[in-house]
Amino acid sequence: MKEFLLGKLDLDALPHDIFMIAGTASFILLGLFLIAVLTLTKRWTWLWKEWLTSVDPKKIGIMYFIVAGFMLVRGGLDAIMIWLQQALSSGDSHGYLSADHFQQIFTAHGNIMVFFVAMGFIFGLINYIVPLQIRARDLASPLLNTLGFWLYVAGVIMVNMFFVLGSEYAATGWLAIAPLSGTEFSPGVGVDYWIWSLQISGIGTTLGGINFIMTILKMRAPGMTLWKMPMFTWGSLFSMIMVVTVFPLLTATLFLLFLDRYFGMHFFTTDLGGNAMMYTNLIWMWGHPEVYILVLPAYGIFSEVVATFSRKKIASYKSQVLGMAGVSLFALSVWLHHFFTMGAGADVNSFFGVMTMIIAIPTAVLVFGWIATMYKGRIRFTTPMLWFLGFIGIFTLGGISGVLLAVPPADFQLHNSLFLVAHFHSTVIGGVLFGIFCGISYWFPKIAGFRLNERIGRNAFWCWIVGFSLSFIPMYVLGIMGATRRLDHYDASTGWQPLYIMMFIGGLVIACGVALQIVQIIASVIQKRRLADTTGDPWDGRTLEWATASPPPFYNFATIEPVTTQDAFAEIKKRGANPEPKYVDIHMPRNTSAGIYIAAFAFVASFAFVWHINWLAVVGIIGIIISAIARTFNDNVEYRIPAVVIKKMEEQRKKNAPAKVEEDGEDMSLWEFIKIVLKWAVDVVRKRRLKTW
Amino acid sequence: MPKNRKKYSPGRALALVILGLTSLAVVIAVLLQGKNIALLHPKGMVAQEELNLLFITAGLMFLLAVPTLFVLYFTAWKYRESNTNAKHEPNRRHSKSLILAMWLVPGVLAAVLALIMIPATHKLEPNKSITADKKPLTIQVVAMRWKWVFIYPEQNIATVNFVQIPEDTPVKFELTADKAPMTSFWIPNLGGMLYAMTGHNNQLHLIADTPGDYPGSSAEINGEGFAGMQFITRASTQDDFDRWLQKTKRSPDVLDTAEYNKLLQPSENNSAAFYSATEADMYGTVLKKYGGSESHHGHY
Repeated sequence: MKEFLLGKLDLDALPHDIFMIAGTASFILLGLFLIAVLTLTKRWTWLWKEWLTSVDPKKIGIMYFIVAGFMLVRGGLDAIMIWLQQALSSGDSHGYLSADHFQQIFTAHGNIMVFFVAMGFIFGLINYIVPLQIRARDLASPLLNTLGFWLYVAGVIMVNMFFVLGSEYAATGWLAIAPLSGTEFSPGVGVDYWIWSLQISGIGTTLGGINFIMTILKMRAPGMTLWKMPMFTWGSLFSMIMVVTVFPLLTATLFLLFLDRYFGMHFFTTDLGGNAMMYTNLIWMWGHPEVYILVLPAYGIFSEVVATFSRKKIASYKSQVLGMAGVSLFALSVWLHHFFTMGAGADVNSFFGVMTMIIAIPTAVLVFGWIATMYKGRIRFTTPMLWFLGFIGIFTLGGISGVLLAVPPADFQLHNSLFLVAHFHSTVIGGVLFGIFCGISYWFPKIAGFRLNERIGRNAFWCWIVGFSLSFIPMYVLGIMGATRRLDHYDASTGWQPLYIMMFIGGLVIACGVALQIVQIIASVIQKRRLADTTGDPWDGRTLEWATASPPPFYNFATIEPVTTQDAFAEIKKRGANPEPKYVDIHMPRNTSAGIYIAAFAFVASFAFVWHINWLAVVGIIGIIISAIARTFNDNVEYRIPAVVIKKMEEQRKKNAPAKVEEDGEDMSLWEFIKIVLKWAVDVVRKRRLKTW
Repeated sequence: MPKNRKKYSPGRALALVILGLTSLAVVIAVLLQGKNIALLHPKGMVAQEELNLLFITAGLMFLLAVPTLFVLYFTAWKYRESNTNAKHEPNRRHSKSLILAMWLVPGVLAAVLALIMIPATHKLEPNKSITADKKPLTIQVVAMRWKWVFIYPEQNIATVNFVQIPEDTPVKFELTADKAPMTSFWIPNLGGMLYAMTGHNNQLHLIADTPGDYPGSSAEINGEGFAGMQFITRASTQDDFDRWLQKTKRSPDVLDTAEYNKLLQPSENNSAAFYSATEADMYGTVLKKYGGSESHHGHY
């Protein structure tokens, strides 16, 4: 009976060691804090109506940023814990973590950074910016978008659930390679949490991919042909096409692994005809394109930023687009380079080695294109531009090491060493994360209505550069010394410890960079009147997202005027805007809670599968089906805003637009920020004292 | 556009970056004194050729990357906004031949790399035997949780977490695993790694040309005892090897089925063990357990 009701759940599942209790406590405290704030400020209805059920891609984008931001800190803490363990654990010392716990941490670090930080930010940016760039008001399917977002959130909760129940995450590495991830070698619930957090967020990603392909292909402003699309939209389109191509593979692979684990089947086991090498193939057929899914939108961001801050049109536009197309095409045929060392033979290895080298060609073309764009430009060294310049240096390092890894005999020596780890951190931090930071600092004024503090932003950038060099250059060296990845302990005679300590120090510097980025946002809020963007176009931008107000009205654009050229907004500025816009009625999608409900049921079903609670799984699945069907009976999914109302709102907005504040002084420095905070703290204390007296 | 009183100076930033990277390189170089930098200290033909290939590839890549980076940062600096002497052509169109060159230069480089890489991949394919004057030595390796078992079929001895080989003698390591997830066999001073998997007989040919102790490890995560799954490879002169064989032959321990099953139990940080005899075709039995066979040469 107990087994029927609760499956494998019992009292042992409650947290009992210090890390799990601390994790659980921090989640509970965070939850209580949020509930208290919302209740005290009477914001529950507002939150539900304005945000949680919203189908506005701008609001969904902001929610992606918030969740991904929290996850960046969470995954970053994991990184610091990994580095600290490795810095301590040499010779007689075994550090402060057990081997199993250490392995869980690096697995969680990888999953969180790829799925919930990088994917979250990228989807946030695509949500916010792509509709604006193509002058659309919403997405092809607003419902799929909110559903995709909530499935992502369900995945985020699932990946952190083990703190509360089970005290165990997968200890298998971020891709849970079989047969290690089978029940024979990983009997606990850790791998099941892994499967289901990736499964539900992955399905959300597929839905998002379908939605954005439809949106980009079908909802562009009249006149905007494919060859007039902005680069970020191109990057997003290629990325989403790849999502739709490979994410179903992930879904299928995870499902097969689930069948192995739940029903005792033998797809990937060592016995009864199971083939673990099949798992390695399938997961990498998804896993390799995944990194390009992340980096293609980032290439798009860099292209926009370089063009804008060079005050120049993007050079060799078609060649750049073809470069992206080439990357996304060839990315599908290189997966085997992740396991040259499995023994597939020289012919197979050579083929995949050559394919991998071919990918380097379009990537080099993109870099040449950015140089050509800067050539005879007028370059402004704002923070987005700095992130771009930092990206080039680090990404080149990642590119060179990547080509070394693409030569099979060289890979035999470098594979699974710290050299490999340093390589993909160079590409993912340099390419994807810097791309995200670049994009956020570039579009922040559009999203918030004021730009970010430049001086503290520069401080943060330099912390990242210094921290990255300190932690990842020694990592390359350690790989060359023969250090394998994922070691929770190593012999003192290896002489690796000083380099591991250096890496840990570098990690702390990166942490300072993240802290400064948070300070940067707070400092910008303090100075927001001075940093305000009253024109909607703070950087002298070239694409259409700058043609509307900052932040844009919920309908994005009051009128959808035809587009005639690439860099449409630069053209409009040259020609002068249409003084008498002709307003027409606008149709907007209504908010819906269907996405939340379906995702909640998906979460329930997944949780039930993790703990083998069959009845609850049935409840979850039926819940998904019923909520989906119920939604189809809702015909009232749109509403109309009459042209007169639009006209009134536009005039009102123009009238209320704050006058540009005179540019007095400059952005607050870090030191000034500290002084302000100290002064505020002293004031608070003084006032308290006055009261008590 | 922010108007900061203190202008941001890209030139100074670049100088600081170069200074910082140089000092980092010096510090690392000092820290590396006297350490075993396995990949740069090859002790056999395979590792040497793999290192040569690494250098050639890296050299070619630097040939493209260094000038590209230089031109990129120079362009960024030269066309900075404060440099009003530089030309500004916002709508400049680039010639077709320049765009063609953008594709051709990396294309040619990739072709050159491929032409170097394909023959090297065939030559250094791990299952290809090494031609040398001396008769090759076969060592069968079973990866377990979390230890390496080495069986010398011709000498009829076995060891755990320690393997001795004579110098200048080609060694054929036959790799499989028993009751263990995928594991990777790596002796970086001698050459690249290869996976050991249940039911598979992967073959890795290596050779040592200098006597010495070289660390070996598992390079693929395979559970809790992963980090402690280390072994020593001792390359010695033929005489020392023969003496070691005789010594091992006198060991009181024998690797029979009972002892083998004891080894199969998961255990961590195992110290070296030596067995004077093994049961006949133990390795073949392990392979057959998972439906593999000795004729299977690691292809799939």
